[in-house]
Amino acid sequence: MQVKKTRYDQLTENLKPEEMIINMGPQHPSTHGVLRLELITDGEIVKEVIPHMGYLHRCFEKHCENLTYQQIIPFVDRMDYLSSMNNDHAYVMGVERMMGIDKDIPKRVEYIRVLVCELNRIASHLIAIGIYGIDIGAFTPFLWCFRDREHIMNMLEWASGSRMLYNYIWVGGLFYDLPVGFEERCSEFVSYFKPKLTELNQLLTDNQIFIARTAGVGILPLDVAINYGCSGPMLRGSGLKWDLRRTDEYSAYPELEFDIPVGKGEMGKSGDCWDRYKVRADEIVESIRIVEQCLERLQKELKRGPEFDPRAKLPKKIIPKEQDFYIRAENPRGELGYYFISDGKTEIPKRVKARAPSFNNLSVLPEITRGVLIADLVAILGSVDIVLGEVDR
Amino acid sequence: MNFDEIKRLLSEKFGSDVIIEDQKGGLQPALVISPNSIGSVCEELRDNKNTWFDFLSCLTGIDHGVENNKFSVVYHLASIPHKHQLVLKVIIDHDRSLDSLPSFISVSDIWKTAEWHEREAFDLLGIQFEGHPDLRRILLPDDWEGYPLRKDYIAAEEYKGIKIKE
Repeated sequence: MQVKKTRYDQLTENLKPEEMIINMGPQHPSTHGVLRLELITDGEIVKEVIPHMGYLHRCFEKHCENLTYQQIIPFVDRMDYLSSMNNDHAYVMGVERMMGIDKDIPKRVEYIRVLVCELNRIASHLIAIGIYGIDIGAFTPFLWCFRDREHIMNMLEWASGSRMLYNYIWVGGLFYDLPVGFEERCSEFVSYFKPKLTELNQLLTDNQIFIARTAGVGILPLDVAINYGCSGPMLRGSGLKWDLRRTDEYSAYPELEFDIPVGKGEMGKSGDCWDRYKVRADEIVESIRIVEQCLERLQKELKRGPEFDPRAKLPKKIIPKEQDFYIRAENPRGELGYYFISDGKTEIPKRVKARAPSFNNLSVLPEITRGVLIADLVAILGSVDIVLGEVDR
Repeated sequence: MNFDEIKRLLSEKFGSDVIIEDQKGGLQPALVISPNSIGSVCEELRDNKNTWFDFLSCLTGIDHGVENNKFSVVYHLASIPHKHQLVLKVIIDHDRSLDSLPSFISVSDIWKTAEWHEREAFDLLGIQFEGHPDLRRILLPDDWEGYPLRKDYIAAEEYKGIKIKE
């Protein structure tokens, strides 16, 4: 039986004399983690990019076949380790909806969840912007972003006990309530951070060298983005106003006011790397707005009382009915989805599949990097903003 | 369009035996489609301007357990213009013999999202997709033997001379 050659074999076997295969190996400072890119280049022009992944595959789905719903939450944290609160939130929302208890969650718990998720979104976008600057060659924004992110990590450590992989949002509530004084410290952080954002924008957003490196590079047309399943800032950078916090209206988001920044092609064409970067920079501003609104409500109507227990509504045993359910939520990188299959008899799910946004965002890379220079490839990969923990799970 | 209208549209266009079952009991109703027509059904759902399912959220391969000996693929579709979602399922019986893998039709020419998702289903569950341009392993090393997410998977003793089990 003649085995049809895969596209990979076709690409790598019939090279012209001037082409060469270069490996941008798993250990590389600019590949955002352990990602191997096999480049077929003609001199410095990239003809084809073939991503190879799996270096960080930790068998998330196989583990889920042996753990209860509550025990899976630390594993869920570790997929996109830069925005663990958002991972937790999406997972917990899915389980709560399957159990039917999603309408009983107290308002204070919902607002605290949104608060920590948006703080984590700011931290994640700060990393994206700082690392993008350092990929291009600007060192100072990287240090400024990490300095400001330290404040957020210290606050979240005060609330949950750990700096990065929080295990804070549980099915039916939270692990702990916010510590006394958290709202005031968060307000101080917000007033400290707003002028720092202006400084950051002066360094990168209007910088002529940065614009020359990123504007008009890696243009992602909107129909290609939708066909490849891109979501989040990749899709919004190409001009579509699609945000699951507004479309699906989950948790406390319907009561909060925020805009959805969209890439308009101000510096180059719509959908280029500068647009994606600008969408992320604007989303930090919108997240600060959401944080301020949450803090105001948490200090006024939803004040802490001595009888408030974040673990009050935790179910004793989590056994959803026999069903399968897909939940989707807006991660800083795009649409994070979980597909659960429960058999209705045990506390252990039959199957949990995680649909990671970076997996789909990375799949569009071979499409938008045909014919660019290797330095542009680094700029495009930085603007996709992948986290290998999610890509490989 | 809601679920019943989509079901009627598909029955009118392809005949009533395309839809094997509709599962309306849970929170998200699903349509079970016959394995040979999934390609044309998906193309119609994407191109028809009333349904306009242009976004494939997730493609999952499932092994239903050693007693059932069934494999299925679940498609979660979303429509950006109309803001509705749909679940499609395709189920095949297979006796788990390793000479021929359970074979489904690939939808990777309809949504390019499916290229990598189908590669992952092939890698972890051993589900073959006909018409896929590049079906090879994606998450595991290229020379791994076996399909780990299957319910009857037993890990090999060694990999390249390194002991796996303690």
